[in-house]
Amino acid sequence: MGQLQQEGQEVVIEARGLTMKYGSNLIQSNLHFQISKGDVFVIMGGSGCGKSTLLKHMIGLYQPAEGDILFGGQSYFAASPERQLAMRKRWGVTYQGGALFSDKTLAENVALPLSQYTTLSSKDIQDMVRYKLALVGLAGFEDFYPSRISGGMCKRAGLARAIALDPDILFFDEPSAGLDPLSARRLDDLILQLRDSTGATVVIVTHELASIFAIGSNGVYLDANSKTQLDTGSPDYMLNHSKHDLVRAFLSRGEV
Amino acid sequence: MNQATLTFDKVSDPKVMITLQGSWTVNGVLPALDQLSALPDYDQLKTVAFITGDDFSWDSRLLAWLLACQRMLEPSHCQLDLSGLPEDVRDLFRLANTVPPNKALPDRNPSLLHRLVNRVARLGDEAMELLAFIGELALTLCRWLSRKGSARWSDIISFCHQSGPSALPMITLQSVLIGMILAYLGMVQLRQFGAEVYVANLVGVGMVREMGALMTAVIMSGRTGAAYAAQLGTMQVNEEIDALTTLGIKPMDYLVLPRTLALILTIPLLCLYSNILGMFGGGLVATSMDITWLMYLYQLRDAISFGDIMTGVAKSFLFALMIAMAGCRAGLACGRSSAAVGQATTNAVVTAIIYLVVADAGLNILFYHLGI
Repeated sequence: MGQLQQEGQEVVIEARGLTMKYGSNLIQSNLHFQISKGDVFVIMGGSGCGKSTLLKHMIGLYQPAEGDILFGGQSYFAASPERQLAMRKRWGVTYQGGALFSDKTLAENVALPLSQYTTLSSKDIQDMVRYKLALVGLAGFEDFYPSRISGGMCKRAGLARAIALDPDILFFDEPSAGLDPLSARRLDDLILQLRDSTGATVVIVTHELASIFAIGSNGVYLDANSKTQLDTGSPDYMLNHSKHDLVRAFLSRGEV
Repeated sequence: MNQATLTFDKVSDPKVMITLQGSWTVNGVLPALDQLSALPDYDQLKTVAFITGDDFSWDSRLLAWLLACQRMLEPSHCQLDLSGLPEDVRDLFRLANTVPPNKALPDRNPSLLHRLVNRVARLGDEAMELLAFIGELALTLCRWLSRKGSARWSDIISFCHQSGPSALPMITLQSVLIGMILAYLGMVQLRQFGAEVYVANLVGVGMVREMGALMTAVIMSGRTGAAYAAQLGTMQVNEEIDALTTLGIKPMDYLVLPRTLALILTIPLLCLYSNILGMFGGGLVATSMDITWLMYLYQLRDAISFGDIMTGVAKSFLFALMIAMAGCRAGLACGRSSAAVGQATTNAVVTAIIYLVVADAGLNILFYHLGI
């Protein structure tokens, strides 16, 4: 595989022979990839190839059928419940539609992880919430309910909730789907800025080519037909050097 | 407008030439494909060529017809030759054929037997899932009691408010009417023996031991059980439950336990309220005949014991637990579409009512044999 592994980089996430099934239905098999600290790792592939499913395995919602995913060399699924919780607290996840709790205001949504896992006073939590919402450009929307704001704003509010605990790893499920080009660009910039200033590792599911090249530093291509990964490496590397026509065609919109 | 017609023209043995004439459009009537399959040497055909005749017009209808024609000829490996048709027709036909049809069709209509077998096999799984859910709920309760869970009193109180006071008008109407129904029923029967005053016994014992708990539970399963299923189901669709899980918050702790505790607190109280109103309703009927309120109340006092009241309340505790479980379990097991939410809601109410009736029957048998 065309893995461009730089020396001295700490491996944060590693998939080893990961096989995913939904019931008896095979989604993807035998996935191998490594994600280094500070990477923006792009999970790409055609529709229905199991990108979101891979993400859900990585965040521990689904259990792998075979193989394992290691976080800093440690398996999530083999860990004790306490250890799992500790690992989860270091992750931030944003979902396709934002997945904000609809019976809570934006401020309450962002405050939830803070009030669960920190001993901050409610005044301090309020300040933190205001800061996190300001980071994603939603200052002043604290008391709005998710149903009263636009889809793009919901996604950004979801991001504010995901970064509430300053996570080490940020997961995004199709962040720019359904956004206009300018908002999508702003979200990409935001992701990069957060990565640069907090040193977080980013894992992102997307098939927006512009985003893939703008922010991706590493990635994996999943194929729906052969049900396995075709290639892994940085998007630029895969575009120019992939052995698979399909990967190069995908990354160049078929203009090979 | 001219009728669309076919003219067959034999060119050489395995090849037939078809001339299309008239209007092959949405508004016309197209010739049946049988005309083609009725040809004497249909089995030997290798090529079917089309050309256009006089005043030929077409739209998507023609292409749909050609595609059906192709599907019919496919098993005998017979080719369609469209070179005599307009270029647009050929392009559209090629476009419709660029992606080969999906061969792996889902099992659309499994046989009745197959469905029955699946259904029975599912029952075992469902029983196991139910047991697992009960176990998990018990563990969650223990966690909460040892102050490690994340259920919050503010949530519990707000759910109590939603399920308790706002159900009062409905329960009031229903209980008074049930009391009246019981009284009329008793009055007609007891009058034959001149024992009208015993209508108080019938209404009192009937409400307190049975109808109060059961009817309140039925109403609450439709009102609150269904609402729980819909709330949790929608949260499942919006990935909110996934979001909770990844925040390290257990849905059992945060969503299911507060709802269950709220129902366990409110339903027995509603049951007591329903008992009182039921007896009042019975009294309305009794006093409208020749019994006075004093006689009615005096007779009631003798008829029902503290044990009877406790029997009803104990039942309603159990019913509350069942309604909450059926609702929450249906909601959490909800699929990822809006149709699934509707299904989850129906499921919650149906399962709750089945649980209620079965449990009630079982308890009555038990109480009878224990002499309670």
